[in-house]
Amino acid sequence: MNLDFSDDQKLLQEEAKKFLTKEDALKINRAVMDSDKTYDQDLWNKIVELGWTGIRIPEEYQGLGLSHLELCVIAEELGRQLAPVPFSSSVYLFTETLIEFGSEEQKQSILPKLVTGDVIGTLAIAETNSAPTINNISVELKDGKLSGTKIAVPDAEVATHAVVVAKNGDSVSLCVADLNSDDVDITVQRNIDESRGYYSVSFNDANAEIIGDEESGWSNLEKIMDHAAVLFSFEQIGGAQASLDMANTYAKERYAFGRPIGSFQSMKHKLADMYVALTLAKSNSFYGAWALSSNAAELPTAAATARVSATKAFQLCSQENIQTHGGNGFTWEYDCHMFYKRSKVLSLNLGSLPSWREKLIKSLEQANIKL
Amino acid sequence: MDFNDTPQEAEFRAKCRAWLDANAELKTKKTNSTKNMNVGNKSLLEAAAEWQKKKYDAGWAMIHWPKEFGGIGATPIERIIWAQEESKFNVPKGVYEIGLGMAGPVMMEYATDEQKERYLPPMAEGKEIWCQLFSEPSAGSDVAGLRSKAVQDGENWIVNGQKVWTSGAHFSDYGILVVRHDPGLEKHKGLTFFFVDMKSPGIEVKPIKQLTGGSSFNEVYFNDVVIPDSQRLGEIGDGWKVAITTLMNERLAVGDADGVDANEAFELAKKHDKDGEQLIDNNAVRESIADWYCEASGLKNTKLRTMSALSRGDTPGPEASITKIVSANKLQAIGNFGMDSSDMSGMLMDEESDFIKFQMAWMGAAGLRIAGGTDEILKNIIAERVLGLPQEARADKGLAFKDIPSGS
Repeated sequence: MNLDFSDDQKLLQEEAKKFLTKEDALKINRAVMDSDKTYDQDLWNKIVELGWTGIRIPEEYQGLGLSHLELCVIAEELGRQLAPVPFSSSVYLFTETLIEFGSEEQKQSILPKLVTGDVIGTLAIAETNSAPTINNISVELKDGKLSGTKIAVPDAEVATHAVVVAKNGDSVSLCVADLNSDDVDITVQRNIDESRGYYSVSFNDANAEIIGDEESGWSNLEKIMDHAAVLFSFEQIGGAQASLDMANTYAKERYAFGRPIGSFQSMKHKLADMYVALTLAKSNSFYGAWALSSNAAELPTAAATARVSATKAFQLCSQENIQTHGGNGFTWEYDCHMFYKRSKVLSLNLGSLPSWREKLIKSLEQANIKL
Repeated sequence: MDFNDTPQEAEFRAKCRAWLDANAELKTKKTNSTKNMNVGNKSLLEAAAEWQKKKYDAGWAMIHWPKEFGGIGATPIERIIWAQEESKFNVPKGVYEIGLGMAGPVMMEYATDEQKERYLPPMAEGKEIWCQLFSEPSAGSDVAGLRSKAVQDGENWIVNGQKVWTSGAHFSDYGILVVRHDPGLEKHKGLTFFFVDMKSPGIEVKPIKQLTGGSSFNEVYFNDVVIPDSQRLGEIGDGWKVAITTLMNERLAVGDADGVDANEAFELAKKHDKDGEQLIDNNAVRESIADWYCEASGLKNTKLRTMSALSRGDTPGPEASITKIVSANKLQAIGNFGMDSSDMSGMLMDEESDFIKFQMAWMGAAGLRIAGGTDEILKNIIAERVLGLPQEARADKGLAFKDIPSGS
């Protein structure tokens, strides 16, 4: 029985934590929020230098050839300190797609550049205000050319490439497009989290290359979403833990009615509820990490379970952290809002909480899985 | 990461399994229910005694105890493996857990060598049943506020007062007991701990009828009961310290709420329909079941994390402290949902129907949210012991017990 990370993985996590603390990632995140930037180039360069972008990339493509588990511990630390970098887009979404479905040629030409940071990737799915489905994708791939507009594409400005979900005749395909092409227009979209960048991306007969089986685009996308759900769940538990820690520190330091507010039962119970939600989420994320790293048949269920729990935990912890801070929590000056906003963005980026609850029930119906 | 036993664990599991296979029957869907002990249910008592003796004779009764008291000095992970395997078999439950789980550790830590030799083996063998006498009518969550009085009289103590919520008192041979020896001292300082022969003159046991209609708890009255000083556990005034040992064990023992879970809710929702629409196709139902599934899965994986730490020989983190809060509340919600699924007839009880398990869950959960620490107390414990928040300001601090406001 070993539902835990190895000593080496814990060491890697500790190093990641130290690095991000030394760089003061949270402060960098605040600086990004206060500027018109949507990421921090210097922090990103250092992360690339550390080799994190190549964690899962096999050594034959100049990566580190490590497992999803190493990626999970890094994700938790990035989430804890809200590092404003395009890591999740490029690594959880784009690189995962390349590794899972790329042809040998595509892997050889792109994976080494992801390691060096010469290529930064993202994934373009949404087009309308409704949840994307296999039936409502209208960005079209025809004769190797893409046309149409995607919205809410993360990190599209810094990204050099995107995997695009496109209609292709009667089916849906995944394809890779060069975002630096003159046939691609990228416009920033205002979003609730000033430290993250979301963009509309218009393809005007832009060149694109199919990745993976051209008729299995939608099911391949679902597989990548399962991978990403587990990886993002670690960012979410990292953020939830940071929110709980902030609330805990404040509840001990802040006095009202002549005593620390953390001595009031109403505050204790609030913080205990946060701890309960976080513990459930963490345990489910560990299970998701196991399913992902061992490519288990249970992955769709495990990923949805991790996603639902981690989304609930981060939203609860970040929202109640503001509440614990009272009026201070509502100011720009305190860090609480950064976690609140990130928690909402992370609860939507792969699809909403109701969508993932639905995915979970569907997976139970299909697999007839019992606890 | 993996869910496999180490080779040693696998070997131990196989040993457990081989003995269980030879001595008990595997649970089937029909027998897969936990019987509660009921007053007067002699057959369960007899069956439990027989099973306990069988385990004791083969060395399986209290495997984590040292050899001289009937154990095999098993490691914590071996103890869990044994419990996992035993739980797959249709064997009687609910008679010995309190004595072995709570009185056992206290006797092990505080009794004299002669007392351990005298009392621990029969406890493990099931010859003598033990109960725990802590709560009182005016001392529940605030158990240190108990009022039962002990007055020293030479080599003896004379005890008067009333205990309540004592599981199994009516069939117990001995009990562990906290009483107040000096109401002039502060609340926690005036307590002393004893064990008592339940057949002592002056002890009267009255069953409590619960909201389920059953009676697994009792009131226990003490009327000039004589307890020899040799049966004191710990120093005079150390009662709270000793009691904490058992309360910690109780928190571990009252763990997962048994009963219907997300799976049963899911199966039920597939059975029922409304005008041809299956309940499982209703969005609100799907969302509720998804959330219960996530909670159930979270608890299961939390337990696996604890086991992983034990398997490595490490001390587990505090994560298991969430178990009872989450599982008892989930049980209440699922029981509620089950009855709602039958709409206007959801209140009708039928002993023969499988459906009754939702009704029993709903009733039982109301008690589980209180037993062994209320939701509120458990949240205080998480806040204070896990998160390190300061204690609530208290109106009884520094006061002699007799001067503490009691509302009466």
